[in-house]
Amino acid sequence: MAEQAEFTVTEEQRELRTALHRFCERAHDEATVRRLMASDDGFDRALWARLGGELGALSLAVPEELGGAGGTVVDQAVAAEELGAALVTGPLLGTVGLAIPALVAAPASGTRDALLADLAAGTRTGALVAGLFAPYDGATAAAVTAAGGTLSGEIGHVPDAAAADVLLVAADGPDGPVLACVEPGVPGVTVTGRGSLDPTRRIARVRLDGAAGTVLATGDDADRALQHAFRTAGALLAAEQVGIAARLLELTVGYATQRWQFGRPIGSFQAVKHRLADMLVGVEQARTAALHAAWAIVDPRLDDPDLAVAIAQATCSEVAYRAAADTVQLHGGIGFTWEHPAHLYYKRAIADAALLGSAEEYRERIAAAVLDTLPDDLAVPRVATG
Amino acid sequence: MTPPSTAAEVETAAREVVGRHDPGTVPRAELFGALYDAGLAWVHHPVGLGGLGLSRGLQTVVDGVVTDAGGDRMFAVNPIGYGMGAPTVVEYCADRELVARWLRPLATGEEIWCQLFSEPGAGSDVAGLTTSAVPDGDGWVINGQKVWTTLAHVARWGMLVARTDPDLPKHRGLTYFVIDMTQPGVEVRPLRQMTGQAEFNEVYLHDARVLDAHRLGDVGAGWRVAITTLMNERTAIGGVTGRRSSGVIGEALGLWRANPDRQTAVLRDRLARLWTRAETHRLTLVRAGRTATEGRPGPEGSVSKLVGAELNQDVYEFCMDLLGPDALLYDDYEIRPDPGSTLQQRFLRSRANTIEGGTSEVMRNILGERVLGLPGEPRSDSDRPWKEVPRG
Ligand SMILES: Cc1cc2nc3c(=O)[nH]c(=O)nc-3n(C[C@H](O)[C@H](O)[C@H](O)COP(=O)(O)OP(=O)(O)OC[C@H]3O[C@@H](n4cnc5c(N)ncnc54)[C@H](O)[C@@H]3O)c2cc1C
Repeated sequence: MAEQAEFTVTEEQRELRTALHRFCERAHDEATVRRLMASDDGFDRALWARLGGELGALSLAVPEELGGAGGTVVDQAVAAEELGAALVTGPLLGTVGLAIPALVAAPASGTRDALLADLAAGTRTGALVAGLFAPYDGATAAAVTAAGGTLSGEIGHVPDAAAADVLLVAADGPDGPVLACVEPGVPGVTVTGRGSLDPTRRIARVRLDGAAGTVLATGDDADRALQHAFRTAGALLAAEQVGIAARLLELTVGYATQRWQFGRPIGSFQAVKHRLADMLVGVEQARTAALHAAWAIVDPRLDDPDLAVAIAQATCSEVAYRAAADTVQLHGGIGFTWEHPAHLYYKRAIADAALLGSAEEYRERIAAAVLDTLPDDLAVPRVATG
Repeated sequence: MTPPSTAAEVETAAREVVGRHDPGTVPRAELFGALYDAGLAWVHHPVGLGGLGLSRGLQTVVDGVVTDAGGDRMFAVNPIGYGMGAPTVVEYCADRELVARWLRPLATGEEIWCQLFSEPGAGSDVAGLTTSAVPDGDGWVINGQKVWTTLAHVARWGMLVARTDPDLPKHRGLTYFVIDMTQPGVEVRPLRQMTGQAEFNEVYLHDARVLDAHRLGDVGAGWRVAITTLMNERTAIGGVTGRRSSGVIGEALGLWRANPDRQTAVLRDRLARLWTRAETHRLTLVRAGRTATEGRPGPEGSVSKLVGAELNQDVYEFCMDLLGPDALLYDDYEIRPDPGSTLQQRFLRSRANTIEGGTSEVMRNILGERVLGLPGEPRSDSDRPWKEVPRG
């Protein structure tokens, strides 16, 4: 991979995209999304297992010796874009975005290896109990306390936790950060589903009252695993946002071509056409930023991965949200109905823009990385003095 | 020695040329001539025409070697010739000797090229132009007026689109020529811009002659040829990939650093936003370069032209706000032929970015119609003879 130039697309990636596209068209169409979002778990376990087993779409960035496809985060990003475009309802963020990368980066152990294999195969699902609504910060990511082998604390917003088979917990221990796993069924664990603005991705409250957990990593190991999880989730969420924006562009272009008013297709009006042109521009910029983040995680010589993820998150959150808002607007009244899919994407877009930190928070990171450490020898442009 | 084919070999070849012709000491034309002879002026051109028949993306390798050694980018010296003239003549002139005769001095910067498309009555609607070409012996006689012609005052050659049949609908009656700008009958008058400078001109053509051998493409097929030039123009304008934080955003960073007393949280957010846009724009150009397997400019040219133009304006507006009262100082509005070098001049100049090479409105139309396939606007001019279409 490293020898390959950034942004090149392999034949395997093209095939992966096509395979997932077909799968989603057949097995995960809009009717399925609507059925699943009204179901108890919010997703279909059998379908999830097919995504993991038959399609291998959950384990692309898991090394072969750990039961994965031995690909990279770039491959996983290609999948995330397709799955995002189809609004796949399942614990993608919790399992593929966060739990799997945390385990991949954690030290080897029997528990880790077994868990990773199950999550990658799609036979179990996971969630990460951590401060997920901000960019990664080792000092604040852990919101639970670990003491004497048990975990205590409460986190109000944990995506994908309600139906998770296992909870990975970022905790603060007596000797620094701890990454532990907890079975939701053990005493002292309360997971309460909360109504979610985005019905395709559930949020739950997790309370741990002296719950027993298995420690997977401590100290620097735990910090490294969590950092890798946040980065990877950031890049994959950005890819999902690209998929959303691209699908909405396609949908709205189709509508603008078919819907006639004043004796012409509405897409022939410049007010409409120009908005769609801007959507296209947004999709292109967003796709670049998301891919760059994935590449930087795979090969940090290309860029500081955290900066690349910040660029991707700041860019893609805004692009996907703008695309969703414009889609509602350009569909007119129909775009505001429950029946039309626009609102499903709109809700996913606003939720994605908040998960893992807002565009503003990432811009703050960019400002700190770029503006606050400018080199002294930067050329100052010549300014006229009159 | 086998000709270079990989990026590494191209880099070695470029280093070798630069080593023998140090940009710091030899005249520019000598260095550029040597690069042309080595096939490094346009690596994607055929061998013998300044190229090596390689992928277009590899040109950035050469440019990087030359600029790292302190040399100019060829594009900067002869932008219209290098970016638009060369690809058009290579594609449409069958006489390879003539092409070679044009290209070497074009590449060295000894013969500047200009583009005679726009007219007082035809800007966005270039195909509506009036300038006429009438056959005469072994050539054509040209009459008309062009406008906004960048570099016409120093140009040796001009790319000219003229009407050869007013009875046909507008796109079908056009023919494309390369005209000698130094002949009698070509009168160039400087046209002053809002910056005070005069980079562009009005060009009056009174019975100016052009050889039929200097016609590109068939009689009546000029619009197709013009499209090649316009597409390349958009790629050239939108597509300069420097290093991270270089170029216009680099100027803003330098200014930010030099003015700690004027930094506020609001401006900091604005600059972080602009930096992020500049960086994704830059990376998108890198991506477009990687994915373009063949050399023909595609829609990325139009996307990056639009994005780059608006970004430039926004960055310079930021710089002016950052400068505060100092922004209001201007050294002088004396008329000059160069683009000017102060921030305030570049701020004013940036207003042209969303007009030159196709306005942003026209770019959005192109993206909407050609890339997204949206329906065109109803029009009344495409099937009528050009001479019957109202103008104003
Ligand atoms: C600095 C500079 C350098 C230039 N250099 C050259 C050169 O070297 N050679 C050359 O040939 N030309 C050159 N041009 C001309 C340039 O290509 C034209 O100015 C440009 O294409 C616009 O044409 P126009 O000025 O006639 O404006 P118009 O076409 O009259 O446009 C006026 C306004 O109407 C809008 N408009 C027009 N048509 C539409 C439409 N269909 N939909 C929506 N809005 C529309 C435009 O966007 C614009 O806002 C240069 C221009 C500038 C500013």
